[in-house]
Amino acid sequence: MTILQVENASISFGGVKALQNISFHVKKDEVFSIIGPNGAGKTTLFNLISRIYDLKEGSLFFKGVDATNLSTHQIAKLGIARTFQNTELFEQETVLNNLLIGNHIHRKTSLLQEIIFDRKTRNQEMEFRENVEAIIDLLDLQAYRYQKISNLPYGIRKLVEIARALSMKPELILLDEPSSGLNPEETEDLIFQIEDLRAELGITVLMIEHDMNLVSQISDRVMAIADGQTLIVGHPKEVQDHAEVIRAYLG
Amino acid sequence: MQFIRKTNYYQDIQLFKHGGQIFWYATLLFFLLFTPLFLSEFYLGELALVFIYGIAGVGLMLLTGYTGQVSLGHAAFLGIGAYCHAYLLSHEVPFLISLTLATLFSATVGGILAIPALRVTGIYLAVATLAFSVIVEQILTHWVSVTGGYRGMLVPAPSLGPISLQSFEIFYYTCLTFLILTIFIALNLLRSPTGRAMTAVRDSEISAESMGINLAQTKAIAFSLSSGLTGLAGGLLAHKIGYLAPDSFNLLMSIQLLLMVVVGGLGSLHGAVYGAIFIGFLPQAIALLRDSLPGTVAHTPGLEPGIFGLILVLVLIYEPLGIYGRWIKIRSFFEEFPLYRQATHKRQRTFLKTERLR
Amino acid sequence: MEIIQLLISGMSQGCVYGLIALGFVLIYKATEMVNFAQGDLMMLGAFLSYTFVSVLNFPFMLGIIAAIGSMAAIGAITERLAIRPMIGEPHFSVLMVTIGLGFIFRAASGFIWGSEPKTLDTPYAGQILKINNIIIGYENIVILMATILLCASLVLFFRFTTTGKAMQAASQNQLAAMYVGISVRKINTLVWAVSASVSAAAGILIAPVSLIDPQMGFIGIKAFAAAIVGGFGSLPGAIIGGLIIGIAEQFAGLYLPSGFSEVTAYIILLIVLIARPHGIFTSMHIKKV
Repeated sequence: MTILQVENASISFGGVKALQNISFHVKKDEVFSIIGPNGAGKTTLFNLISRIYDLKEGSLFFKGVDATNLSTHQIAKLGIARTFQNTELFEQETVLNNLLIGNHIHRKTSLLQEIIFDRKTRNQEMEFRENVEAIIDLLDLQAYRYQKISNLPYGIRKLVEIARALSMKPELILLDEPSSGLNPEETEDLIFQIEDLRAELGITVLMIEHDMNLVSQISDRVMAIADGQTLIVGHPKEVQDHAEVIRAYLG
Repeated sequence: MQFIRKTNYYQDIQLFKHGGQIFWYATLLFFLLFTPLFLSEFYLGELALVFIYGIAGVGLMLLTGYTGQVSLGHAAFLGIGAYCHAYLLSHEVPFLISLTLATLFSATVGGILAIPALRVTGIYLAVATLAFSVIVEQILTHWVSVTGGYRGMLVPAPSLGPISLQSFEIFYYTCLTFLILTIFIALNLLRSPTGRAMTAVRDSEISAESMGINLAQTKAIAFSLSSGLTGLAGGLLAHKIGYLAPDSFNLLMSIQLLLMVVVGGLGSLHGAVYGAIFIGFLPQAIALLRDSLPGTVAHTPGLEPGIFGLILVLVLIYEPLGIYGRWIKIRSFFEEFPLYRQATHKRQRTFLKTERLR
Repeated sequence: MEIIQLLISGMSQGCVYGLIALGFVLIYKATEMVNFAQGDLMMLGAFLSYTFVSVLNFPFMLGIIAAIGSMAAIGAITERLAIRPMIGEPHFSVLMVTIGLGFIFRAASGFIWGSEPKTLDTPYAGQILKINNIIIGYENIVILMATILLCASLVLFFRFTTTGKAMQAASQNQLAAMYVGISVRKINTLVWAVSASVSAAAGILIAPVSLIDPQMGFIGIKAFAAAIVGGFGSLPGAIIGGLIIGIAEQFAGLYLPSGFSEVTAYIILLIVLIARPHGIFTSMHIKKV
């Protein structure tokens, strides 16, 4: 079953064609990776999917719903969560609050109820907290619960960002270079964690990644892009050996 | 150092985290309740002014400290609240209804101001609010039929049903009640989704949006709440000053409000209250200082704003977290004594963070 | 005839706004800081020129040069004492610092010169030029000429001197400028000096038209509106923004009910911000993630 479908997506910035006619689909419960040299347009593609950029041409479907003209926060409500390449956390808040913000889309209380903090708001807060604790357990973040983000090391921030995305209870998660800046041990943990996402939470993963070792271990399918164009979509082994992919990487 | 043993998630949501806090706040409240018994009318009035500033401070703190939207024009809302309340009172609207309407009216104007504010950020927003406040000042000056123009406007004596609120004691208690109410509202908001959405918008707009937070809505709510509370403070302030003139709500007042949240400590409600105490008593301190200064210096017209400016600059350079930040440092010094290390609170060396993108 | 006269007085007023706006833009381009005390620097410049010319009886040109020179020094000292410690702090904090500085300057000038308005004696005071029925004050002509001259010399400075080029480099990318051996700190101090002296020039130009008193710095806020209308990052934009606001103000004063001319600048500012959030002459930027 297809969960995300991108058709003929194109975008250009002041004459530079960042993406040209990109089409692909992601199936439910798979790990789909996007690889490509720097400047190939991978992050641009993510920004298109999470609707930070507008599509110039083409269309975007999520779970069969036309999402081409939705806004960023509506996309989040539909069930797409994402992380950022250089982490975009709420720096002045604790890890706990960062994860609680992830629960925002499940908010059912009105402003007035929150002002008087009635029973419903209180119960909702408790419920949110339980959701968050489950994710903290899953990713082993217990020690950092009350720490401010600005005091955390980079590897933990990366993990907190994944945790924050998970606390939205998404169906699809977009990971933008989850392993960049991590040391080998952390990268190894990451492999297990991503597999857990799929196995335990049933979340489909779409990720951008440079570490070919990681990509080939966990991806079901891989798409290679260069200069804004698709080179090939296929199994990791197949993509790795593809002549054009090798040429794109080696120049 | 005190460690709290937590056994229930609810402990993180409670307003008071432990018995000590309840004790100290109760003591403070007890003290404030009995203050009128032994304080002169003058100082009672000054304390009421501190409470009024506190209400406005909490309002501005929600916007600037928690949502990260700088307003250089909050005096305008103080003015709108004050004039609206005085106008309604002079048309025989009862005190509480009039105050509520004034609050709602300011909140509505704030919500409308949020529309252009959604399109601009940072410095541009600060200037847009400044422009707004200048325009409001001109409207207050020229809409003579409602505001009395330059002649000003007399504020009718407040009364709650048959009870006159004119006396200093009752006005003091009224202001205290509203301040506590304001703080209660702010605390509730900050521990619920809306408050978290506000801090999310402050820390990273793009990230907040991709977490499903409606940027426009959140900013509009923050603006509206903030200007509503400031309008409430304005309504109370009208009684304190008794006579409204358009130039009481000028840029200097806006800067005073901002000074309050900055000096108090951005991003904390304690800070708003500390800032209110500071701003409320500073003119008294300056007045005392005047007596001991040589005549030429003491009667310089710009002395008071000059001292405001000096304090603002010194605080921002040497203690960017304000009085609250200083208090945290002092407290941790005693808690960790003799193991306190200055480096704990040392600021990291930072470089120019560019907001210009290309 | 009336229209031409309004146009000319609007243009000369606009030039003054434009010059102060230029000061804003110079500092913003180089350091990304917004200096809200710009108007007060202008006020100090006007007061200093009054001191040198009318009190100490310097020859007019020498007095002006002395005033501009001392303002450059004041600008540099301000940067060194109050702005340099703020590098890396949020923009809002820096803005607040400069607001505070403005109040300090105003109090200081009230203390030194008193609150009585002063007039600057100029050799061209009260002289008028009459072409057909149009009467133009010499002050206005001097303002226009001086603005053109100042802009031209700034352009030459940025284009042809090493220091000017270094400033441009630093404004593009501070880190890169540092790596190629430009002392960014020195550049920042220098930019403040240049900006303060441009404002001083504006103050000296406007002194014969309006009186000198500690409150005159408030027109700095209108000049800031001009800078934003002009795109807040382009030097010609600052002058054009100033002209737009100066001219619009004159016409509003004549054709609209009282009170409108004071707020014209702000209404234009709000319209521009709503229609084009980043000013007329710049293109929109989006944060990259």
